[in-house]
This record gives sequence, structure tokens and C-alpha cells, in this order.
Amino acid sequence: MALFSKQNKEVFTNPLNVDHPILGQVLGICSALAVTSQLKPAIVMGLAVTVITAFSNVIISIIRNTIPNRIRIVVQLVVVAALVTIVSQILKAFAYDVSVQLSVYVGLIITNCILMGRLEAFAMQNKPWPSFLDGVGNGLGYAMILVIVGAARELLGRGSLLGFQIIPDCAYDFGYMNNGMMTMPAMALILVGCVIWVHRAYFYKEK
Amino acid sequence: MEHAISLLFRSIFVDNMIFAFFLGMCSYLAVSKTVKTSLGLGLAVTFVLTVTVPVNYLLQTKVLGPDCLAEGVDLSYLSFILFIAVIAGMVQLVEMTVEKYSPSLYAALGIFLPLIAVNCAIMGASLFMQQRILMEPTNSQAITSIWDAMVYGFGSGLGWTLAIVALGAIREKMQYSDVPKPLQGLGIVFITVGLMAMAMMCFSGLNI
Repeated sequence: MALFSKQNKEVFTNPLNVDHPILGQVLGICSALAVTSQLKPAIVMGLAVTVITAFSNVIISIIRNTIPNRIRIVVQLVVVAALVTIVSQILKAFAYDVSVQLSVYVGLIITNCILMGRLEAFAMQNKPWPSFLDGVGNGLGYAMILVIVGAARELLGRGSLLGFQIIPDCAYDFGYMNNGMMTMPAMALILVGCVIWVHRAYFYKEK
Repeated sequence: MEHAISLLFRSIFVDNMIFAFFLGMCSYLAVSKTVKTSLGLGLAVTFVLTVTVPVNYLLQTKVLGPDCLAEGVDLSYLSFILFIAVIAGMVQLVEMTVEKYSPSLYAALGIFLPLIAVNCAIMGASLFMQQRILMEPTNSQAITSIWDAMVYGFGSGLGWTLAIVALGAIREKMQYSDVPKPLQGLGIVFITVGLMAMAMMCFSGLNI
């Protein structure tokens, strides 16, 4: 089997379009909403989840034949918890301010449904390499939504991106105002709802 | 006593798990199709929270914290793994109880009962508790004793139940509404929850 056979490519690209983890399968909503009030934590969170999904998929896929079926959930949780602990320590060491901003949501990657969902649905039945691709694909799909929602909320709520001011001062002079609602939690839900609307409208037409 | 009551009401209304922190969203969206299943899951979550938060509080203050086990030993980096192990064990217990005493509820909750273990609200409450231990005792959010931890867990669970039952009721009514096709199902539920969250924001200035 070639490294990038047609089948493997589908495994990688499907979660980016039709089988999108957030929009199609509705997994991992909690953190997607909570960390997106600004762009930077959203990007860091997306990367962390991608790395953890990819590697936990690989580890579980390697040991999948030795895990007794009855205790598989506990084994999966321990593998994920160990990886999250490593990532959280790395974040604390190298990006302390972001790790403070993300606060409990780094720890909550353990209970992110994307991880458990992919481990159960994919890594338990497949070889390590496709599992790795599946993990990266799903992680990136998740990160994509985080970046879209994070960028929209920061741009409209604060007039900046990654902390740099985008909306020029003269716009404020003409009476433009930042929409403070956007930084509130409630707007994250409504924005994700709209993203789902667009996604469904697009793929609904194709079917 | 006053502190405990304030903690209870704050955790139900102001620091609501769903509307303020988005915790436990996956099962919140998936199980809230009818009021009956919502109530069942809500009660299960409340029970698991009321038990796991105090247990994890003891773990954190007696074993994991700095200088707890021995002088100069700080095991707090192990907290993720230990917390999730306590939670997974508790969920197993609840699952067996529900299966024995209410098979119909067990069938209705289906996969979401074992998935309480990965419900972010449960893990989230334990992690917030870990943060709140460090707060000043005068802060109304601080958790200073095991009773506070229990009250906080119970209140968070109650807030979660309130949110899921309310959404379940709205969704039952919404079946008769004419929603645009691509927005049907998940999309409209998100927007509904957004509007509910906005309504709950009026509690945020509450000073108890």
C-alpha cells in the first residue's frame, strides 16, 4: 500500500469537507466555543488538538490488538491524558501567557469528544499510518473552525487580529464601533450555528 | 453557611456550565431531543458531579498539592490522569446502577451514559475546583472545604440539568416550526442555545 494511496488521501481530506468533525459529526464543540474570543489562543488550541489527536490515534492503533475490549475506554483515556499532560507542560514552559489564557481548556482536551470519537471509530480498526492521517485531518478540520470563529470574533469584537489593530483609526472617527457582543460567549454559539448553516447549504446542494 | 449558599446560586445561574463555559456541549446537543431523556441525563450528570468534585478535592489537597505527600514534592502535574480515573470509575458505578433500576432510561440514554466520563462538564468542574482552591477565602467563588466542593459540584450539575431540560422543551416545540432546510437540526439548535445564553447573561451582574 502506497504511502499516499487514493484511499489514504480520502481518509485525510474527508474530515475537511463532508465528514467535518464539528460541522458534520458534532464532536468537540465545548472547547471550540470557549477559546475563540481571540485568534491567538484559537490557533494554539487548534494545533494542540491536532498533535494530540494524531499521536493518540497512532498509539491506540499500534496497541489496538492487545487492548481487552471491556476496558478499552479506560486505556484510551489514559493514553490521551498522558499526551495532554505533556502538551500542557510544554505550553506552560514555552508559551505561558497563552496557557494562562486557555486555563482549564487545555486539560479539557482530554474530554474532547473528537479524540474519543476518532479513537473508537477509526484507530481501533485501522493501521497506524491511516490512523495518523485521520487524526491530522480531523485535528485540522477542528482548527479550521476555531480559526474562522476566532478571527471573526476578534475582528468584529476588538477590531484587531492576533493583537494587531486592523480597523484603522479613521474608521472609528467616522463613528464605527466595535461590537462588544462578539466577545461574549453567546455570540460564539450563534457564529458556529451560521457556519453550520453555510456548510450544510453547500453540501446539501451537492447531494 | 452564607458562603455555601452564595456558591450554590452562583454555580447554577452565573457560572452556568453550559451558558458561561460551554462545557458538556456534545451530549447537551445530542440528548436534548425530548424533556424525558434530558432530565435523566441531567440527573446522572448532577450525581456524578456531586461525588467526583469532593473526591477530587481530597485528592488535590491531600495528595497532589505542593508539600502534601512529603516535603518538597509537588505532584500537581499528575492531576489530569488521576481526575479522569476517578471520573471514569464513578461513571461505571452510575451506569451499573441505572442499568439495574431503570432499564428504560438506560436504553434511552444509550451511548451517552458511558460518555458522561468524557463529558467536559464533569472534568471541567474538577479543574475549576482546582483553580478555586487557590483563591482568597473571602472571594465568593473560593472553595475552602470539602463541603464547598460538594456544593459547587451539586450546583454545577443542577445548572447543567436546568439548561438541558429547557433546551429539550424548546426542541419539542420546535418540531412544529418551519425552519429553512439547511438550518434544520443542528444549526437552529446552536442559534437557540446562543439566544438562551444571551438571556442567561442577565444573571452575570448578580451579586450574591
